[in-house]
Amino acid sequence: MDLHTITSVIEAPTRAAQAAWQPGDAWLAGGTWLFSEPQPHLRRLVDLTGFGWAPLRADETGLEIAATCTLAQLYAAPLPPHWPAGPLIRDCCHALLGSFKVWNEATVGGNLCLSLPPGPMISLTAALDGVCTIWTPDGGHRHVAAAEFVTGPRGNVLAPGELLRSVTLPDRALRATTAFRQISLTPHGRSAALLIGAFTPDSFTLTVTASTVRPIQLRFPTVPGPAALAAAVDRAIGPPLYYDDVHGSPAWRRHMTLRFAEEISRELDGHGAA
Amino acid sequence: MTPRSIEVNARSFTAQPRPGQCLRTYLRELGWHGVKKGCDAGDCGACTVHLDGVPVHSCLLPAYRALGHRVTTIEGLAPDVGEPHPVQRAFLGAQGFQCGFCTAGMIMTVAALDAEQRQDLGRALKGNLCRCTGYRAIEDAVNGLTHVEHSGPGDQVGRNLPAPAGPQVVTGAARFTLDAAVDGLTHLKLLRSPYAHARITAIDTSAAVAVPGVLAVFTHEDAPEKLYSTARHEDPHDDPADTRLFDDVVRFVGQRVAAVLADSVAAAEEGCRRLVVDYEVLPAVFDPEEAMAPGAPTLHPGKGAEQRIAAAERNIAVEVHGEVGDVEAGFAAADAVYEHTFVSHRVQHAHLETHASISRLDETGRLDVRTSSQVPFLTRGALCDLFDRPEPTVRVHCGRVGGGFGAKQEMLTEDLVALATLRTGRPVQLEFTRQEQFTATTTRHPTTVQIKVGARRDGTLTAMRLRVVSNTGAYGNHAAAMFHSCHEAVSVYRCPNKKVDGYAVYTNTMPAGAYRGYGLSQTIFAVESAMDELARALGIDPTAFRQRNVIGPTDPMIAHSTEPEDVEIGSYGLDQCLALVDAALHRGDRTAPGPGWLVGQGIALAMIDTVPPHGHRSRARISLRADGGYELAVGTAEFGNGTSTVHRQLAASVLGTSVDRIRLRQADTDVVAYDTGAFGSTGIVVAGLAATRAAQALRDQLIVAAAARTNLDPSACELDGDAVRCGGVRLPLADLAQGGWEAAGEGACDGTPRSVAFNVHGFRVAVHPGTGEIRIMQSVHAADAGRVVNPMQCRGQVEGGVAQALGAAMYESMVLDETGRVTTETFRNYHVPAFGDVPRTEVHFADTVDRLGPLGAKSMSESPFNPVAPALANAVRDATGIRFGTLPLSRDRVCLSLAAGAEVPPAHTAGRHPHE
Repeated sequence: MDLHTITSVIEAPTRAAQAAWQPGDAWLAGGTWLFSEPQPHLRRLVDLTGFGWAPLRADETGLEIAATCTLAQLYAAPLPPHWPAGPLIRDCCHALLGSFKVWNEATVGGNLCLSLPPGPMISLTAALDGVCTIWTPDGGHRHVAAAEFVTGPRGNVLAPGELLRSVTLPDRALRATTAFRQISLTPHGRSAALLIGAFTPDSFTLTVTASTVRPIQLRFPTVPGPAALAAAVDRAIGPPLYYDDVHGSPAWRRHMTLRFAEEISRELDGHGAA
Repeated sequence: MTPRSIEVNARSFTAQPRPGQCLRTYLRELGWHGVKKGCDAGDCGACTVHLDGVPVHSCLLPAYRALGHRVTTIEGLAPDVGEPHPVQRAFLGAQGFQCGFCTAGMIMTVAALDAEQRQDLGRALKGNLCRCTGYRAIEDAVNGLTHVEHSGPGDQVGRNLPAPAGPQVVTGAARFTLDAAVDGLTHLKLLRSPYAHARITAIDTSAAVAVPGVLAVFTHEDAPEKLYSTARHEDPHDDPADTRLFDDVVRFVGQRVAAVLADSVAAAEEGCRRLVVDYEVLPAVFDPEEAMAPGAPTLHPGKGAEQRIAAAERNIAVEVHGEVGDVEAGFAAADAVYEHTFVSHRVQHAHLETHASISRLDETGRLDVRTSSQVPFLTRGALCDLFDRPEPTVRVHCGRVGGGFGAKQEMLTEDLVALATLRTGRPVQLEFTRQEQFTATTTRHPTTVQIKVGARRDGTLTAMRLRVVSNTGAYGNHAAAMFHSCHEAVSVYRCPNKKVDGYAVYTNTMPAGAYRGYGLSQTIFAVESAMDELARALGIDPTAFRQRNVIGPTDPMIAHSTEPEDVEIGSYGLDQCLALVDAALHRGDRTAPGPGWLVGQGIALAMIDTVPPHGHRSRARISLRADGGYELAVGTAEFGNGTSTVHRQLAASVLGTSVDRIRLRQADTDVVAYDTGAFGSTGIVVAGLAATRAAQALRDQLIVAAAARTNLDPSACELDGDAVRCGGVRLPLADLAQGGWEAAGEGACDGTPRSVAFNVHGFRVAVHPGTGEIRIMQSVHAADAGRVVNPMQCRGQVEGGVAQALGAAMYESMVLDETGRVTTETFRNYHVPAFGDVPRTEVHFADTVDRLGPLGAKSMSESPFNPVAPALANAVRDATGIRFGTLPLSRDRVCLSLAAGAEVPPAHTAGRHPHE
């Protein structure tokens, strides 16, 4: 929709512009959320695509995903065979409520920065041990684990004027064998629970998202049995952590979270220590 | 092309977008009106265009990003001018649309799908909402199936003739309400109440009028004192007069407080933000039972019988009480009695074209209102009344209307634009946002039904008792739906003892209004669920139980009174409908989709009067054109109901010609004398009958004239396509029309007597206890629509009604918070069924011919909605053993209820008001 209070757009920003960040400014990536709701508090948009970042950069250390990489670019990324995470990337793209047309504009960084519990790029990058690179207004940068980036519904670690530059998925995590589970109140709806299990030779990580107000990660040396994993999840996630909105009641989200934990344990069972 | 221009459909445009402008409005401002606004938020897909060949939601794309790029809209999709794109041709062939508002976006999306995406349309089309079709016709279009028959001579009734506007709909050329270029257009925006109940003590407009571009501000001080109802009926006395255009008391969050007129939407919005309003907050009540209790805040003190409010001091807008026989004696005589409470929640029409209108003064000073309405004539009447203007000084007309479902049987924008135009002389547009649709228009009446039914061991009903409480919200518009809801749901059963008490109650919530089924869906949910339980208690098959107890073709129809009515059984197909659904379910596959799934089946039935009570009047006129063709003028609007197709078929059938020889003009107070409007399923049975009669009158004139020309007896003359056949001579109609002879036939229908139509729905479902998922294995619907004029379209009406009802039964829910504010303001948070959410439904028609309807036809537009929710709940009951009395049957509730062994209530959480 038209954002009528916007009086200017910085189409080709520099890091100097970041230092001049002021209330009423908003970083614009894909715009698929920003333009989907009234934003009467905003006056100026700073277009991150103007930085011209390469969407994806892969090397032996991992995959760097620019904040402005679109879901369509990520979905289509050819990954080398020793990174079996391709299907997981596609599952996470499909978990976005928005259609494939939205993928053409929506960005990975935008999904993280919106910080809604069902954001599937939060799930993906958290599950694959992503590391966020944050540009600070003073021209510097800092790193935060993707699993720690989101602090709650619409809340994240960015301070005013900071921006998300990229998320890097390490080579070790991209080699993981993964299991994906997602459910919504409707066949293709917004996720009410999205769990990813990732098994590498030295560890097993269960990442719980969508059902919880922020990503919750549990790590084990091997894959626990179904009952043990569900029990561990239940211990780790108390009632206040379950998200409550029109896309699913907290009690059901808990039920599905425990059920999916069991299913993931069974699916990855062959990769356990046993 | 220069870097700062945008190429649209192979033409270069240099207009520079505003900084915060999205591509959708940029394109529309250039005149590419095929780009539609359904949600303005990326959820519905109606605005889909291609950017450098890639499909995008143009409402989400900053317009400046298209600079230097190539945009294709529906108008530019076809590679060759005049030759449709294959996808456009496919949507024509399968008639993959009804109102057509979503069609451009749907076609632009389908045209961009690759082979893999076509294999999973549920996923590929999740970003495109169609509220009308139920998606089967869209699936057929994608798959290249053809359903339309070509026009040609022969009987026009019973054929799948295409919608006349099809070519315009699929090319983006169809003109909906706002697809009009108006010079000097100004824009109105509304400030709305943040409080559920408050008195406005002061409004400071000074900062608002100082905003550059602001032309005027309107508040309660500018509004007529006159009270009226936003609801439109043939008899204005059907609704309480409890509403002022702007009031100094606001009664729900979202009520209009003031309007700002400006030369741009941006300035009007800024003006609204600068208004300073002082409120004295008043106590509010949200629950109808609490509102009726002593000591509750009253919404309309000081109003009463004069305003047609039943009991303002107890917040009762409308009440119904009646008893036939002796229900207590009936329950005493019963071997089985079932009693339960059924709750139908708040849902919304979600037509894709939001409410909108444009008003202006024409060259003669007449007020001209172009609007998205089902009732242009009634709206004219309301405007004349409100502004004390004689009828000839007001014209109301519609373009193509982008869906209605009852919501546009209401005056929600026209009064405002009229006020602004009459005060300023300027052309004025008011376009509701989707957020305004969800928070400040109308909804279905949330309704609670306490029902008790009893039967003897042999399955004979002995007594039915209903207590119905509907929440009409802050105003009583369509509170009278209560009468309807307590009627056909009850009178379809033969039962000597019946008692009904109904209350439509004011609360400080968004008003309810006319909604597909008009109150019946809520009571039918209760009655049909209760009948299912009673049959179970007696060990009788649910179909057999109904067959034993429903009215037959000669039975009287009695709800709760024996007062005579103008309803008769003009044709009877309920027995066929029950048998058709039963047979289809028996044919169906009972295999569970996998281990752990619980399988069950259920049915429900519905009856509906074919015309609303208290008169429904239509006038039609058909004239012979100079070229020998015909021009048919009807008052009723086309909003996807398909009446335009049917009116031409009916007239062509009478005139012995093909539909392509009949040009249609419609929905304009200038083209015919009168039409009550397109609601209550009257497009065919009332307006269609008027059109049929007009055609009959013209036929008689043409035959008499031809007989005179040929010196033959009229009995020797017969209409034959483009000529009159007189003995062995064919006298071309074009010859008859020469010499300035103006032949025209007029037809009228006053909507009485009325008949009844029937619907039966059956489901087989599988329910997964581990997730709560309900998978519909089989969906079957039988409809008694009399003689089906256009089977393709009638099937589409049924499929669309079923899909809309499944949305209400499984997904959709409007949620209010503890302050009475609607929190579900977007399609993201109010889930209208998408392609992958609804099953395909087998549709069967009873073989009947109605003695009252036009050429044997009956209504079939709103009623398919009505039996769906109870049929689903009955199937889930059969599968799981759990009776759900509250809708919707969402996965979370189903799952938790199965785990608990009993129905759990909807979550009362933050964001969900316990009384909704």
